[in-house]
Amino acid sequence: MVFAAFWNKIKQGLSKTRQVFGRLASLFRLRGKVDKEFLAQLEETLYLADVGPAATKQIVERVRQAFLDREITEDVLGFVKKELVSLLNHSDRSLHFNPHGPTVILVAGVNGSGKTTSIAKLAYWLQQQGKKVLLAAADTFRAAAVEQLTVWSQRLGCDIVKGEHGSDPGAVAHNACEAAVARGKDVVIVDTAGRLQTQEHLMRQLEKIRRVLARQIAGAPHEVLLVLDATNGQNAIQQAEVFTKAIQCTGIILAKLDGTAKGGAIIPIRQKVGLPVKFVGLGEKLEDLAVFDPQAYVDALFAD
Amino acid sequence: MFQTLQKALGAALQKLTSRGRLTESNIREGLEEVRRALLEADVNYHVVQGFIERVAQKAIGQQVIRSINPSHQIVKIVYDELVQLMGPVDHRIPFAKDRPTVIMLCGLQGSGKTTTAAKLALMLKQQYQRKPLLVAADLQRPAAVEQLVQLGQQIGVPVYREDNGKPLTVCQNAVAYARKHGYDTVILDTAGRLHIAEMPMEELREIDRAVKPDQVYLVCDALTGQDAAGSAKAFHEVLELNGVILTKLDGDARGGAALSIKEVTQVPIKWVGLGEKIEPLEPFYPERMARRILGQGDLILLVQMVARAQEELDQQRLRELQEKAARGDFTLEDFRAQLTQLERLGIRKIVGALPGMEEMLQELGEDPEQALRRIRGMIDSMTPQERRHPEIIDLSRRRRIAQGSGTEPHEVKKFLDQFEFMRGLMRQVSQMSLWERIKLLMGLTNLAASNPQALQKPKVGTGHRKSAKERAKERKKKRRRRG
Ligand SMILES: Nc1nc2c(ncn2[C@@H]2O[C@H](COP(=O)(O)OP(=O)(O)O)[C@@H](O)[C@H]2O)c(=O)[nH]1
Ligand SMILES: [Mg+2]
Repeated sequence: MVFAAFWNKIKQGLSKTRQVFGRLASLFRLRGKVDKEFLAQLEETLYLADVGPAATKQIVERVRQAFLDREITEDVLGFVKKELVSLLNHSDRSLHFNPHGPTVILVAGVNGSGKTTSIAKLAYWLQQQGKKVLLAAADTFRAAAVEQLTVWSQRLGCDIVKGEHGSDPGAVAHNACEAAVARGKDVVIVDTAGRLQTQEHLMRQLEKIRRVLARQIAGAPHEVLLVLDATNGQNAIQQAEVFTKAIQCTGIILAKLDGTAKGGAIIPIRQKVGLPVKFVGLGEKLEDLAVFDPQAYVDALFAD
Repeated sequence: MFQTLQKALGAALQKLTSRGRLTESNIREGLEEVRRALLEADVNYHVVQGFIERVAQKAIGQQVIRSINPSHQIVKIVYDELVQLMGPVDHRIPFAKDRPTVIMLCGLQGSGKTTTAAKLALMLKQQYQRKPLLVAADLQRPAAVEQLVQLGQQIGVPVYREDNGKPLTVCQNAVAYARKHGYDTVILDTAGRLHIAEMPMEELREIDRAVKPDQVYLVCDALTGQDAAGSAKAFHEVLELNGVILTKLDGDARGGAALSIKEVTQVPIKWVGLGEKIEPLEPFYPERMARRILGQGDLILLVQMVARAQEELDQQRLRELQEKAARGDFTLEDFRAQLTQLERLGIRKIVGALPGMEEMLQELGEDPEQALRRIRGMIDSMTPQERRHPEIIDLSRRRRIAQGSGTEPHEVKKFLDQFEFMRGLMRQVSQMSLWERIKLLMGLTNLAASNPQALQKPKVGTGHRKSAKERAKERKKKRRRRG
């Protein structure tokens, strides 16, 4: 079900891209040999998906070595896809739950990447699995960020712990953990203010929030999810690097994949940082979150 | 990251030094490096292809200039082309005379529209002496209205809101409200949308038709990758944009989106947003953006560092320098003092942040620290008289200074020429604050030396925004022509 929805939505996105650019490499339609032109089209597809120079070059090079001057068959594409799927197929793509108490999920990312919306969707997803969720509105910085998460908590019918605008986000995190234990919640999701990874003091603040969580509940945070905007380009790699270094991210939520952007930066991120994608965001409604499926994603990258 | 293009180009073009002209084959490798750098910076793939073609055409046949490194020569062609494509910029806003001017913001989700709306309002209020009204027309994202209301309070600009309206009626009512209450500029903060979503795009089109905004600006996130071209094109087709505002440039994104958008829409990028704090928008400078895209250092970094260090500085000294600069008698002594202050911020960072500085230093050696020491050495080897009146430094003085500082006479000359140019600029821009001036001229030094037209006045738009009807007519005409 989820797979189908994901697949279809991405496909819709792809066909739209083609309208915008007038054309898009259709690797399937090529006939003949794996030649320069074929490799150029492969390269174009990867670049347009934001895979970036280093990874693109590497993939194209491998195809060249394996197939140059051979007839193009489904094989070649199968080869490329298999490579990408195995790269993205991290064994650790599911959420880690705390067997002894509330599971704490810390969510971070740059401004506007889709953190708050993704948290609402993730909470809904968890609720569907019978989990009792509590939200922590630790973005005390951006105007009306607390109000935004509050609206979602009302729609979800779940508890929310908040602090005053401008108050210490660490204190909100602390209170949320206490409340979760006291009220017997299964999962606490901590929303944080957006920050660019170059803002060192804000990165330190994030480290502090992480420490507060660790002190409150054993093993917390059990998940640290980085929300990446699928429309972002190569800067996403730096985001993944710096955020992971600061707060040991465990996975990515790739938001806004319902547009024409493909978020291909997850490929070099997987290579360089090792971070797996766990969920994808496919819209602004509560149900618009799907578990990441590498095969569907890669198929969609090359969809006809 | 920065310097990589220069280095890669240097390697690719090494063979060139011995030959006479740039030809297709001897620059191919070099252009491949340029291409890679642009793609690394997120310039759209198709835009890059066209761009490289043009650069190749300009480069082929050029005489190799013996005295400079051929990689510099290519970089200069690339740089000039980038600047030309992204500029000139028109920072003016054509205001209506007898009614409120309506400015509409649009963009993808999370691009920073609401923050930008507030910054734009503040800029209009402070720098354009307008009386703006903000309109909360994003009724989609939870608490978006509340966010704008809070930002409006922060900057003392009223926000028009309706609790149970449709975006279209909110906009219409807001304009009527502005007219009645004497607000002369109305800023519409619309909901973010994906350009593939027909429905919300239709909503924008409706607002455009009914409210007839005078200006429509696209708000684009500098982090955007390949998608920037396609989404800008889609917005432009629906709304006919008048300008672009680039946000989140305070980070380390290379910002190739700027080039993609400009190339696809031909609409000028007018301002940039540099942070979450509500401050007026900053003007967009194609020269800075070009350097940033090429990875040749970033002025913004410097601006931030300078701002931080500024407080530590001796205010009196600053004022003195400012007056001097305005009079045009900024001397080498002052320059040396300047360097000392900048050095406190950390040489390596400065050099990275100061594109102009980097090349100045490169002429003097690989290691910037050492190069800076050499500049310092040259100044130290001058007599007080020479520092105050560098124009008296003739060949024999140059020899003496070179000897005293362990440099070559031609290096002394080069340095003095560059300094002279700096000084000229200082006079030109004397109405700015000293620090603004320094950051500007550091960025412009090389540029203006190599590309004087970049300093010319920006082109000014006609101020007439075509109505939806006129545009439809034009589109039809175009189609007919094509068909
Ligand atoms: N189309 C779409 N929009 C999204 C998605 N995730 C978030 N958004 C929108 O992106 C904007 C910024 O999201 P928000 O959650 O406030 O970002 P935050 O600043 O990181 O918390 C909002 O307008 C969201 O509705 C997604 O998966 N698809
Ligand atoms: Mg948020």
